[in-house]
Amino acid sequence: MVLQLMTERWTGEVSAVTIGAAAKDGGTRAYSIKIGGEKSLPCLFKEGTLPNKPQVAFEVFDVAPNDWPNEVLKPYGKSVNDPLEWAQMCVQDFKARSLCIRLLGAHPDFGNKSSEEEAQLIKKLLEKVSVPLIILGSGDDAKDNLLLPAISEAAKGECCLIGPAVQDNYKTIVAAALADGHCVIAESPIDVNIAKQLNILISDMGLPLERVVINPTIGALGYGLEYAYSIMERARLAALSGDKTLASPFICFVGQEAWRAKESKIETLPEQGIIWEVLTATALIQAGADLLIMRHPKAIEKVNRYIDNLMTNDRTQSSK
Amino acid sequence: MGLSGLDIYKLLPKTNCRECGFATCLAFAMQLAKKAVSIDECPYLSSEAKAKLEAQAQPPIKLITIGQGETRLQVGNENVLFRHEEKFYHPPGIGFILEDNITDSEIKDRVEKINGLKFERIGQALEANLIAIRQNKDAKRFVDVVKIVSSNTLLGLVLMSDDTQGLKYALEVLKGKNPLIYHATKENSAGFAQLAKEYKVPLVAQADELEEASGLTVELAKQGVTDLIIEVSGKPMPERIWDLTQIRRLALKKSNRSLGYPSLVVIDKNDLYEEIQEAATYISKYAGIVLIKNIESWAVLSLLTLRQNIYTDPQKPLQIEPKLYPIGQVTDKSPVLITTNFSLSYYTVLGEVEASKIPSYIISVDTEGMSVLTAWAAEKFTPHKITETVNKFGVKGIVSHKHLVIPGYVAVISGELEDESGFKIIVGPKEAAGLPSFLKNLQYG
Repeated sequence: MVLQLMTERWTGEVSAVTIGAAAKDGGTRAYSIKIGGEKSLPCLFKEGTLPNKPQVAFEVFDVAPNDWPNEVLKPYGKSVNDPLEWAQMCVQDFKARSLCIRLLGAHPDFGNKSSEEEAQLIKKLLEKVSVPLIILGSGDDAKDNLLLPAISEAAKGECCLIGPAVQDNYKTIVAAALADGHCVIAESPIDVNIAKQLNILISDMGLPLERVVINPTIGALGYGLEYAYSIMERARLAALSGDKTLASPFICFVGQEAWRAKESKIETLPEQGIIWEVLTATALIQAGADLLIMRHPKAIEKVNRYIDNLMTNDRTQSSK
Repeated sequence: MGLSGLDIYKLLPKTNCRECGFATCLAFAMQLAKKAVSIDECPYLSSEAKAKLEAQAQPPIKLITIGQGETRLQVGNENVLFRHEEKFYHPPGIGFILEDNITDSEIKDRVEKINGLKFERIGQALEANLIAIRQNKDAKRFVDVVKIVSSNTLLGLVLMSDDTQGLKYALEVLKGKNPLIYHATKENSAGFAQLAKEYKVPLVAQADELEEASGLTVELAKQGVTDLIIEVSGKPMPERIWDLTQIRRLALKKSNRSLGYPSLVVIDKNDLYEEIQEAATYISKYAGIVLIKNIESWAVLSLLTLRQNIYTDPQKPLQIEPKLYPIGQVTDKSPVLITTNFSLSYYTVLGEVEASKIPSYIISVDTEGMSVLTAWAAEKFTPHKITETVNKFGVKGIVSHKHLVIPGYVAVISGELEDESGFKIIVGPKEAAGLPSFLKNLQYG
């Protein structure tokens, strides 16, 4: 008896986004990373190519973080006090393929550093490390409208991924990204319709959708993970069915959420926080995550190995 | 997927004889599609059509029960491929493999640890489900271990053995306990079918390929065994995901009865993280039972939490009763904290209040299960609604101070709420994690 399998034939695909510009593309990065480009659901290689592996970026702050539990601060030691040293440690000691720098110190409540000061930092960072960069503002809208254009200019031509752009505040950052050749994080509050709307607004300004990455705002394992999980599945199904305005890769702030969980702060159970971060990432990869921003080196190592196990498939080798 | 009214109509005699009580065959077909009438009402149905219609009346994935009593596990009976389409109904069983070649005291020790893998999160009990005993030596040792385990746990058991004689003894010992037999293959199907029938227990049908598995369940069904669980084994992770997806799709979308059973996965990884990550993958992607080896409680908690997340009803957020909850030895001086009746919000606040050791009242406002920000945006967490709730629970008569603490995320409503409620409003932290230090420094000015 021959078993008839059921194979979906998708008409759409996720756009492939390139982060980081090497010398040949006018930047100074050692290489660029590519995310997205899927023509199938996660792991279903037999229905379409999944040309790019999910990527994990290490998260680095411009000031020593005030809310990271000890377990996740420990591996970085004193270097958390110096963003340049911290960044270098991620790349050299932990083999980070990309970095996500959060400019929290510019926030009025956390140091209120000037845009010029932060722009200088980004310039130095670009000299210190050669991996592709993801750059986040301070989280204060008014400040970020001054900060992000300055940052964008300081990193001109490096094809960074900068953000966040939100529905009420996207114009300044999109204009800056357009002018300086960057990609943008479009952030929506666990809502497919807002994600779609924001992508339309951004592309109306002239930024091609191949330079947009969606942040669906995730919850950690046990803290609303399932909402983002289903939003991502829905958006990905729409993308594969041909909806170009939802066909952006996903960025997920896994470390930020996982290390806020109560379970991650139990001093006597150091590994629980690590596995919390690992499983949050694992589940979201199954929902279609393309770029995971994470914090603990051990968690990142485990997730990278998982990605290798998932993506080591004869069919992908031959399709490359 | 069920047949549509038109699909059913094609199977009917189309004579409009009215003997079923409906004016036309089409009208009868429409009622059949809604499962509002029985096909027996039509006296002229061909036996072939009847078989087809009866088959479609059964759930596309059979519900299988393992174990008995309160701890029994039921898996199967799923209707969708993606949880947002409806919901996933029966959370997969998580079980632990126990080798029979360790000492009796080690076995008792492990069983006790497995029994203790019970947690509570957001008001729900999270528990592991199964213990799988794997035969490594002779039948006698296997049966001895089965006896030890069974007298020390209430969890359902899986008997992992290729030795029909040993299994027979074990099944004799476990009469009435409804264990799962692992596993029938193409080579041994006759003997295993016999055992499953004799002891009326569910059976795993194992093959290396999907097609072989489908053939095997057909063969076993012919022998009268239909309480089955499918395992397609021995493949790397992406291939297994493909197989699990195909089993679910073909059962649901193509009404393939030979694959209309829950699936089982055995994970054979020594590294704990690798094992837990792989288990998490199959929990997300259609497994009915996942068997692992590690029993580290922090790792198991993470898996059980993931299972809880994936199997939460997406249309119905977990809610608690809107109420005034006294936490600890409250007095009329205790602070009053306002949150929503979304379980996650409430239990997160509760956890932090308990950790602070400062007795407090928590009021959960009926936001229909929405979280603070969502409820605020949807106008379910308005000054009016909060005032109504505060009055309803008589807060004025319960505390002597006139202060309410609201979540930091809705600081913007404090003015309006102050006017409407007559209470002084204190803006609390945005995150519940900030509550202990907030409560310690709280002063009514």
